[in-house]
Amino acid sequence: MSASETLVVETAARVLADLADPQTIVQQRDDAWKAPLWLSLQEIGLDLAWASETGGGAGASLADGFGIIREAGRAALAVPLAETLLAGWLLDRAGLTAPGGPMTVAPVRPKDHLTLDKAGRVNGRARMVPFASDVEHLAVLATGDQGPLVALVRTADCKLKPGKSLAGDARDTVELANVLPVHSARLEEAGTQEKDVLLLMGAAARAQQIAGALDRILELSVLYSQQRVAFEKPISKFQAIQHSLARLGGEVAAAASAAASAADTIANTGFDDAAALLEVAAAKIRCSEAAEVGTGIAHQVHGAIGFTDEHILHRFTLRLLSWRDEFGDETFWSLKLGELIAARGPRELWPLLASR
Amino acid sequence: MSLIHFDAMRLPARCQELRKEVRAFLESEIAAGTFDPDRPEVGDKNADEFSRRVGAKGWIGMTWPKKYGGQERSFLERYVVTEEMRIANAPVRRFFVADRQSGPTLIRYAHEKIKQDVLPRIIRGELFFCIGMSEPNSGSDLFAASTKATKTDGGWLINGTKVWTSSAHLADYMIGLFRTSGSTKENRRHGLTSFLVDMKTPGITCRPIGQMSGQRDFNEVVFQDAFIPDDHVIGEVDGAWKQATSELAYERSGPERFLETYDALLALTNAAGAKPDVRVTVGIGRLVAQLHTLRRMSVSVAGMLEAGREPVVEAAIVKDLGTVWEQGLPHRVRELASLLDLEDDEEDVFRNQLDFELKIAPKLTIQGGTTEVLRGIIARGLGLR
Repeated sequence: MSASETLVVETAARVLADLADPQTIVQQRDDAWKAPLWLSLQEIGLDLAWASETGGGAGASLADGFGIIREAGRAALAVPLAETLLAGWLLDRAGLTAPGGPMTVAPVRPKDHLTLDKAGRVNGRARMVPFASDVEHLAVLATGDQGPLVALVRTADCKLKPGKSLAGDARDTVELANVLPVHSARLEEAGTQEKDVLLLMGAAARAQQIAGALDRILELSVLYSQQRVAFEKPISKFQAIQHSLARLGGEVAAAASAAASAADTIANTGFDDAAALLEVAAAKIRCSEAAEVGTGIAHQVHGAIGFTDEHILHRFTLRLLSWRDEFGDETFWSLKLGELIAARGPRELWPLLASR
Repeated sequence: MSLIHFDAMRLPARCQELRKEVRAFLESEIAAGTFDPDRPEVGDKNADEFSRRVGAKGWIGMTWPKKYGGQERSFLERYVVTEEMRIANAPVRRFFVADRQSGPTLIRYAHEKIKQDVLPRIIRGELFFCIGMSEPNSGSDLFAASTKATKTDGGWLINGTKVWTSSAHLADYMIGLFRTSGSTKENRRHGLTSFLVDMKTPGITCRPIGQMSGQRDFNEVVFQDAFIPDDHVIGEVDGAWKQATSELAYERSGPERFLETYDALLALTNAAGAKPDVRVTVGIGRLVAQLHTLRRMSVSVAGMLEAGREPVVEAAIVKDLGTVWEQGLPHRVRELASLLDLEDDEEDVFRNQLDFELKIAPKLTIQGGTTEVLRGIIARGLGLR
């Protein structure tokens, strides 16, 4: 990581700490924090870090963007920063300009499919689209008769059926019936199926968010165990608690390692081979497993208070659990990875692992 | 800033070149009948000659100083050699312990004369080392060791018993931990000294201890007035506790900490074929994801070691997660294999393989630092102790 990349990520961390502090958000119980935060993110160019400068963005590196997304995870951020980054990246792949303001992407589920007809209109249905009802624009990946396209669509032109994630964030069904996009363009690059590329990129982003949030719940749990006194001593002094937190540490390490490895792979070698599938699938699977174990341990250590509304822990844990479902869950990626391994045969398994 | 940090370390290109060399060497050894990846017992009887040929390649003690015959190559290169040998089931037992931990300990703390005598022989693949730590009443709690070294003219007399010592009956040397004085009130770790013990010393007897896995490499080692010369003291008398930490990071984070039962996964992938049942496919995918993550963590720690850091906590995390995973692996494979439709003879081969992995599994979270000890170390790293 170069010094300038670190600077971008540090800036993101500082802005989020100042304007999206979970404690403040929990106390205020409204959405008043969102507008000033977004303004600030926009001013610095963090929202469109992945769009090129000609496309209205900041033209930051992929590594920087993944760093920003990890910080969003560390803040359990409930605004579409990761999604806007992804949308900016997708539009940029097709040479389209980002409109400004928060965006989201579709489809996020492997089985959803959108099409662009000869008249240039988008059709189809995408479920569980993050923050769709909170944004004005949607970057969609669709199939046309000449291959994959990217289109920028106004959410006002779609029919939205509201839904919520475990954490209460908007996860809406978006119906597109003959929607005329703001603009659209074909993707020139061949190779890996474009739909897979969006899933790979989205999964790598969700892995970063999970790794970031896990990191924070470890901090919170360690701190709480040192403050909370029971049976006449801080509970951090009990070996049972120490070993639980050590296990949480292991899960945090596994998630951080897997997510960083996948992000590094995309940033340096792209999507188009077995290595990318191995790395991203492993990251999404292993981070999701860590989310389950980590959530369990963090709540156990916090006891009843961590289960209350006014405590910030749930902001992290419920998002951790919900991020598992988006851009392919563990079962989806295990099947993809298992198919790859089986098709290549047992003799190719070790060489693939060792090549990373 | 995060409490725990693992970089996305990649092995440099020269390591992947070395990997090709190691693979070519191992293939030629397999072709020559030195060992059989599917039947590790074949290699055991050829372990000595194999060790000398690995030494001739320059792959034992390859990171050590040139003045002792080493090559001062990077720790990352050693990592590649280690993982390729492990995956191939090569008979590394003659040099593995010396290469991983005994040699580095000697380089750091032994007398110069000893280093000049012993290290070149390790590097040539001639010396077999064992580790004398555990005693009947001292396992994880090393500082409870009571086997005594008593000062005498020109050296020390050792009396007592070490147990569960792997390969002591074959070893040329032991690095052992012995009590040279009592612990103090202020420091219960005080009073232990590390010694280099020539296993041919009169007064040392080894008795084999059978293991539940059918392996026969455990020993009880009895010392009766065994004389160890003064220059065989390693480091500070009574101060062994100060010396223990940094080598442990190497010992705990290597590929052998998650690949011990890899053959079970290989056997499953082999038996499953190119288009297995969807449940088996999902199972294989998940196991490969977990294995890949462990290896990436282990490589990351190798990078920290290469950079001169002392990743004690990170190494403990790799061993904790790695050994728990490799312990569970044969059980996961067993569940998935039940979905396969195997011919009788295929099933027999598969069962045989799996039975071995199931039998060794319980020891993996005990040897080289128990899970409980590791979690204590991680907890300390988190500031809880």
